[in-house]
Amino acid sequence: MPQVAADIQHLKKITQEIRIDIIRMLTEAGSGHPGGSLSATEIVTGLFFHKMRHRPDDPFWADRDRFILSKGHCCPVLYAALAKTGYFPKEELLTLRKLGSRLQGHPYPGRPGERLPGVETATGSLGQGLSIAIGMALAGRLAKKTYRVYALLGDGECQAGQVWEAAMLAPKAGLDHLCVIVDRNKIQNDDFVENTLSLEPFRAKWEAFGWHVIEVNGHDISQVLEALEKAEAVKGKPTVIIADTIKGKGVSFMENNPDWHGKAPNREEGERAIQEILAARL
Amino acid sequence: MGGKATRVAFGEALLKVAAKNQRIVVINADLGKSTNTVKFVEKYPDRSFNVGVAEANMIGIGTGLALEGWIPFLCTFATFVTGRFETIRVSLAYVDANVKIVGTHAGIAIGEDGYSQMGLEDIALMRSLPNMTVIQPGDAIEAAGAVEHIAEHHGPVYLRLTRQKVEDVNPPDYQFEFGKGVILDAGKGEGRDLTIMATGGTVYNAREGARQLRSQGLDARAVNVHTIKPIDRELILDSIQRSGRILTVEDHGLSGGLGSAVSEVVAERGEGLVRRIAVRDFGESGDPVELYKKFGLSKENIVAEAKKLVKKD
Repeated sequence: MPQVAADIQHLKKITQEIRIDIIRMLTEAGSGHPGGSLSATEIVTGLFFHKMRHRPDDPFWADRDRFILSKGHCCPVLYAALAKTGYFPKEELLTLRKLGSRLQGHPYPGRPGERLPGVETATGSLGQGLSIAIGMALAGRLAKKTYRVYALLGDGECQAGQVWEAAMLAPKAGLDHLCVIVDRNKIQNDDFVENTLSLEPFRAKWEAFGWHVIEVNGHDISQVLEALEKAEAVKGKPTVIIADTIKGKGVSFMENNPDWHGKAPNREEGERAIQEILAARL
Repeated sequence: MGGKATRVAFGEALLKVAAKNQRIVVINADLGKSTNTVKFVEKYPDRSFNVGVAEANMIGIGTGLALEGWIPFLCTFATFVTGRFETIRVSLAYVDANVKIVGTHAGIAIGEDGYSQMGLEDIALMRSLPNMTVIQPGDAIEAAGAVEHIAEHHGPVYLRLTRQKVEDVNPPDYQFEFGKGVILDAGKGEGRDLTIMATGGTVYNAREGARQLRSQGLDARAVNVHTIKPIDRELILDSIQRSGRILTVEDHGLSGGLGSAVSEVVAERGEGLVRRIAVRDFGESGDPVELYKKFGLSKENIVAEAKKLVKKD
């Protein structure tokens, strides 16, 4: 893989800060989904702090790369990244899920005149985000723009039929400026994905639909950045990066445990989680 | 039936508005021949997409295009697109995407293809969504006017169209006015005995029914309700003031359509009677005219129900 010029140590430090924000937000909210936010932290960091062209001070810049969080329940990781890059004040993170907050429990871009900068559209009814990303990619091509479109999907949501309607279309349309990242954390709401409805052979499914497939360790930020670069170099077809991840990554009692898909830590658990994240060797 | 199908009038009007507005794009789901978008596709291949038999994907793609400033017309059968309700609900309506959902083959009047192809719950579904506008033209000229209007009106719209030809009910100089019911044969009946409110494929029968009732001494007036959401409250309350009685007629299921919309306004006012003619069962295959007789949407049944309503107090 090509070497990517990036300050990896700095990005690792950012993933640590984002994980702490995720825990703080969810502890304060008292509900929400920590596991899939923690598993996607390196992916989101790689996109927002390195790969994507975007301007937090000009959020509707026409040439920005688009990001669609199809696995909308993992919005804490997105909100944390947006606040950290400057789309909105960091204090706003603690309003997550509270009445009147722009930080809805699942992403919502806001009503006209009350837009939440950085959130492109509403997601969270699983299986719908890739279609929207395709629409944006087609729009970019029609307007002769050069922006890229990124869609982050959960592996559980790949059980939804609409994902495969969309997966069938994107290669046919030759959307090489579209990149899907699947957070393959192997756990969904009720149980392990494998126990619920197996996706395997997962790579072969995407390949059969006409996608270029890259598999990476989704917690190795260098690998994530390299995959994102390689995806951009692929021409004539879209790329899917299957990121092998651990649900709840960084908090030992949450890791690989389906119970922490959709449960917020209490104060004591939150404090313990933060101490662990801070103690981790970067 | 004479006249022209509103889906055909739509296809013609679409070409006109697309020539003026370069932001209009069409998304088909393998039914372009039926929804009359073939000429658009020929003329504007770059602005046309066929997603195959994948309506949920169509809704998401349309939303993505709309969020980037394009004006997508999603064209397929009414029941196939509105059946993907939850995708319309979250992906499209929730973000107020400027998408025009065009549902053709509305109602039992599609005939021989039978129930699985009939849009019979679509108005109910689309009417339940905030941000959504629901329009059903009653003839070709009105369909053309509606297409011109929605191309310029920002926000999600559901446009419901007929497969079958419908007789003209409006004059050649007709101007479509969004949100306003149209009094047919204006000046010939005051509606002192009742108002008949109809929409889409049943408007002609409603007008003919009102004419017959007038010839038999009842002061009936017929109103064409092309905009179902937002509903013309003023005209409904005016009708109640005149007679206290409204008969609604629609080629749609009984729950959630025009009859429900009118009943809600009347019930909130707390006075007046509403009687609903609608499709009270799953549809079935058959000749459209015979189906209208069987399901009570014929002129004869409209007249009979009107008389029952007038005698009710």
